[in-house]
Amino acid sequence: MDKQEVLRATVRKLLQNGQVSLVIGYANGTLPLRTAPVFIRTAEEADLLVWNSLCEYNLANYLPRYANDRIAIVVKGCDARALVGLLQENQVQRDRVYVIGVSCEGVVDRRQVAALVGGREVTAVEESPENIVVRGRGFEKLIPKKEAMFPSCRVCRYGNPVLADITIGDSVAAGEDAFDDIAAFENLPAPEREAYFVREMNKCIRCYACRNACPMCYCKQCFVDASMPQWLSRWVGTADNLFFHLGRALHLAGRCVDCGACARACPVGVDLMKLNRKLIKDARELFGYEAGLDPEGRPLLGTFNPDDPGPFTIRG
Amino acid sequence: MSSNDEPKVIGFLCNWCSYAAADSAGAGRYQYPTGIRIIRVPCSGRVHPFFILSALRRGADAVLTAGCHPGNCHYSTGNLIARRRFAMLKNLLEFTGLEQGRVNLAWMSAADGVTFARVASRVVTQARELGHYQGALRKQSEVPDNG
Repeated sequence: MDKQEVLRATVRKLLQNGQVSLVIGYANGTLPLRTAPVFIRTAEEADLLVWNSLCEYNLANYLPRYANDRIAIVVKGCDARALVGLLQENQVQRDRVYVIGVSCEGVVDRRQVAALVGGREVTAVEESPENIVVRGRGFEKLIPKKEAMFPSCRVCRYGNPVLADITIGDSVAAGEDAFDDIAAFENLPAPEREAYFVREMNKCIRCYACRNACPMCYCKQCFVDASMPQWLSRWVGTADNLFFHLGRALHLAGRCVDCGACARACPVGVDLMKLNRKLIKDARELFGYEAGLDPEGRPLLGTFNPDDPGPFTIRG
Repeated sequence: MSSNDEPKVIGFLCNWCSYAAADSAGAGRYQYPTGIRIIRVPCSGRVHPFFILSALRRGADAVLTAGCHPGNCHYSTGNLIARRRFAMLKNLLEFTGLEQGRVNLAWMSAADGVTFARVASRVVTQARELGHYQGALRKQSEVPDNG
């Protein structure tokens, strides 16, 4: 049986025997290359569930909002880490959640698919283990999944969920992440780096889709909405956009699990992972910290070590 | 930068050490530049990264955060929390192209007027050399305005 069939059977059983009252998973979206989150409460609806390489959302995002349900949730490796983060921060009670982990070989980035077909409209998609075939008016293209995979997935070390009550699918080989992309960017001259971020920030329309897609952005009031103090203006501008993205990245320092939900949600393609991955790299290099691995652990910035490095401290 | 065009430096000083150090610098008549504007905070751990971002966003040319020496925090561990946060902030800001020397962290004890005067001079001198901050956190949108 393929993963999707096992998933449906598992969910059907969970709902039939009343073990959970709500299942959060993926269904087909209304457009090709899209899936959509689906919330099901009856066993009959289990057939709505799908599992493919387009299951790009981080569903852990929804957990804190359903505090009154016993939930089963479908998680990929990165989503499971986000869930661990939410457990660490007491946003989710472990005994209310049944975690259906699915081993994940990476999600296909539809922006890269669009680029590979030259922006032509895709009307049908077919998937095999190695490839996806996209079709549209007058064209058909076979794309190896590896070529259109979301960048973070290419170097993912946690394809197998770190936390699950049941894991579907064979375990996948862990990748290697040397943060080559970030290291290469660090080596550029500072003015070039700044110019890059100015260009990226100029794209941002401050729709806050990145924030809304992020499971770790659960604040009841976001700093961008605060009026006392008002950290930044409501309108779009390079400086305020950068303030927003730096602020959000810093809020996620030591919490971001590199799932990329923010970057994929961005309608204008701002390179958000540059900021997030820089902080992940620093957390690892400076403090040997990796987010979302230990439900009993403490968040990076909520704790300290007397021997933390401080080479930047100035003396008179 | 001419002499009447002093850089604006915001100093977030911990009430228990560095603010007292600034006080003793005054009492001891140690000279330090006028460019530094002091804001007293209860602890360096109170200095949220947003304070520093906001200072740069709203006109500061450099920022200094100062607190008690590690191990000597009035609240035991506030400065250790501050140090971690600051490491992440400074690296991220410099990653996005901010010059080194714009954001600073220093430790000093309450009796250390000389250290405060030296640190303040160093930060202001650095800022003078860097010139006014006109980086990305000061840029207006390049998107044409419809109004």
